Amino acid sequence: MGAIVKKPRVLDAAALGELFEALKAAGHTLIGPVPRDGAIQYQPIDGVADLPAGWSDFQDKGRYRLNETGEASLFDYASAPQSWKRYLHPPRLKLFSARREKGRIRFDDEAEPIPKYAFIGVRACDLNAIAIQDRVFIGNGQIDPHYAARRERAFLVAVNCSRAGGTCFCTSMGTGPRAETGYDIALTELIDDRGHRFLLETGSDAGESIAAGLDAAAAAPEDIDAAAAISERVAGNMGRSLDTEGLPEILAKNLSHPHWDAVAERCLACSNCTMVCPSCFCTSVEDTTSLEDGTAERWRDWDSCFSGRFSYVVGGQVRDSTRSRYRQWLTHKLSYWHEQFGSSGCVGCGRCITWCPVGIDITEEAAAIRATDEA
Amino acid sequence: MPEAAAVADPMVPVPYRVLRQRREIDGVHTLDFEPAEGRTPFRALPGQFNMVYAYGIGEAAISLSGDCDDTKTIRHTIRKVGAVTAGLCSLGKGDSVGIRGPFGRPWPLDEARGADIVVVAGGIGLAPLRPAIYGLLAKRERYGRIAVLYGSRSPEELLFLDELKRWRGRFDLEVEATVDHTTGGWFGQVGVVTALIDRAGFDPDNAVALICGPEIMMRFCARELEHRGMSPADIYVSMERNMACGVGHCGHCQFGPEFVCKDGPVFAYDRVEPIMTLREV
Amino acid sequence: MSSAFKDMAAIVSEHPMFAGFAAEHRELIAGCASNVRFDAGALLFREGEPVSRFYLIRYGKVAVELASPSRGHITIQTHQEGDIVGWSWIVPPFHSYHDARALTLTRALAFDGACLRDKAAADPEFGFVLLKHFSQLIAQSLERVQLQLVDVYGEVQSA
Repeated sequence: MGAIVKKPRVLDAAALGELFEALKAAGHTLIGPVPRDGAIQYQPIDGVADLPAGWSDFQDKGRYRLNETGEASLFDYASAPQSWKRYLHPPRLKLFSARREKGRIRFDDEAEPIPKYAFIGVRACDLNAIAIQDRVFIGNGQIDPHYAARRERAFLVAVNCSRAGGTCFCTSMGTGPRAETGYDIALTELIDDRGHRFLLETGSDAGESIAAGLDAAAAAPEDIDAAAAISERVAGNMGRSLDTEGLPEILAKNLSHPHWDAVAERCLACSNCTMVCPSCFCTSVEDTTSLEDGTAERWRDWDSCFSGRFSYVVGGQVRDSTRSRYRQWLTHKLSYWHEQFGSSGCVGCGRCITWCPVGIDITEEAAAIRATDEA
Repeated sequence: MPEAAAVADPMVPVPYRVLRQRREIDGVHTLDFEPAEGRTPFRALPGQFNMVYAYGIGEAAISLSGDCDDTKTIRHTIRKVGAVTAGLCSLGKGDSVGIRGPFGRPWPLDEARGADIVVVAGGIGLAPLRPAIYGLLAKRERYGRIAVLYGSRSPEELLFLDELKRWRGRFDLEVEATVDHTTGGWFGQVGVVTALIDRAGFDPDNAVALICGPEIMMRFCARELEHRGMSPADIYVSMERNMACGVGHCGHCQFGPEFVCKDGPVFAYDRVEPIMTLREV
Repeated sequence: MSSAFKDMAAIVSEHPMFAGFAAEHRELIAGCASNVRFDAGALLFREGEPVSRFYLIRYGKVAVELASPSRGHITIQTHQEGDIVGWSWIVPPFHSYHDARALTLTRALAFDGACLRDKAAADPEFGFVLLKHFSQLIAQSLERVQLQLVDVYGEVQSA
């Protein structure tokens, strides 16, 4: 017996709500794309009506704009500013509270209710980013129980991209545009003379069991072909590309390259790139004591290798200059990550390019180092 | 996906109590801790560190400085350098702290079997090396010649002086101390610790060196050891970065491809030398 | 060849500093050597005075010092058995810029700088080898002084 191949189904767009209801019935809180404040945001949604129907985006270096297309499509946008990371690896989290009882410290783990999410509309790049964070927080010897608990409960509904964004380069990173693995259900939005519908594929038992309860017939070969054609078209329309051949070694041996100074002249060390990056995972903890009752708490916040105190050792910062901070970020992401976690830390989502206020482009910077690699 | 409920949060400390504390030199205190509640023995290896939590103030990464065969108490030698370490140094018998650990890779005492050992310590760097010296002496027969070379700023800043004298009285251990500066009243050697390497008795072709001290001092010592013919692969240094989580999750202590907290703090010199000589890595 | 000379040649050839020298060069060096002893407290060099020698310490302990009116003798470095002390003999104007004091009874080989400089002038190849080795000694001592100057242990690190 070979592996069981689940036959793709086809789900009418009008029946998408059934999927959402089934997930809610299974206890999931839906997080999906919502057009809000001029951007697509992944937020709690109630149903199909919250989705960005007829919205698309324009992205380029330091530029993002939401456009109304008037089309019926629900998922016609590229990477949203924030990734799913904020739900699995929350930006701010209480790790414990402690109090002193008869001179003894009592630590109370945060017994917070762990949310059970269903993510609607995870792109292939972000599926890969989640897999990367799995390796950081679960597969790295020590488990982060906060991440692991959220991750374990999460149901991932991938939606294959129907359009490449201006800063996308997932094909260069081997992470898209088609969701290959890591999803429970993957959808491809099809709009043609056969109607508005979704090709539905399942990638897990949980996905199969939800799909089995839907009114979704077996997909026709035409539906399967149409979905494949969309992914193929998207793959050919990437806004950017990055030559990764030998790149980890090239960057590692060019730490003294003058180009880092050139980037530093533009970089504001604002840390936007690390905040929007779906794989960046750095945090800092803050220990506090209440003035009222002496209770102590520890909170964990996202931090960034661009921030001032990030590399503080007694006496000063190890990485004092912007040059060294940008170099740290880029070499970690594209070079050292391989050694640490067995893959690149970049999935080609393009967010760091779009959301850089001065338009620094990771693909250009890496290419510039490569072009003048003399080491 | 692993069962999350079964996983303890590595960020939550375990309560410990101060058993005793003593002032070593100005600004440096040694504290012994025991579990606040009956707990299983604490097992650590020389060179590892704990994250020690001063109530409400924060945590600091501090190397073990005691005998790792003692599984009942944890000994740390702490230099006051900031709010957390000052808070810890001000604690007395019976006070409470939180401890997470042990973290990191130890000194390679097993791998060094049969070799001559050169221990080079600078300043407070003797503290993380003391457990290694205990470990070497506990299994003295496993090793060839052992030299302990210790450099400090001044005679007043030599750590563990009584113990150094005791070790010096042994016939199976070479102990040399030197200070950078003195204005009299010191009958020992004056000069930098690298000068001791020249004279120490060891076979460079069959020796393992353990170095701990400020980064500049470690670089100079490693170079001196290489000059005497040692291979960088046999030279081990203990790196200092801002370890915060201890488990490679927070990202702070990255040093090139390494997480100092879990890939170190002890590294073979050939692994870190290329990046140690670069600035701001 | 006297047995005393043979001794000196043996000591010279066994010392790591001269190990790389050709046999005939080692003989040239040994030919400029004599045995000396200093009681505790005696000066090997005195600041400001002409220096015509360097020493190879065979026994004892020597401190390199600077004198300060308010701080007394400040010890910069101590030397002991096997160490070579002094390189001012090779650098014009051949003056010492510090004191070198025997801290204990010290026995040493003293090498006559003028004698070596003459031999070096007469045999440039020997002169080059000699300079090469002494420049290493000078560089090493410079490095050590740099390390002392940066006051590394002042650079605080938590253990």
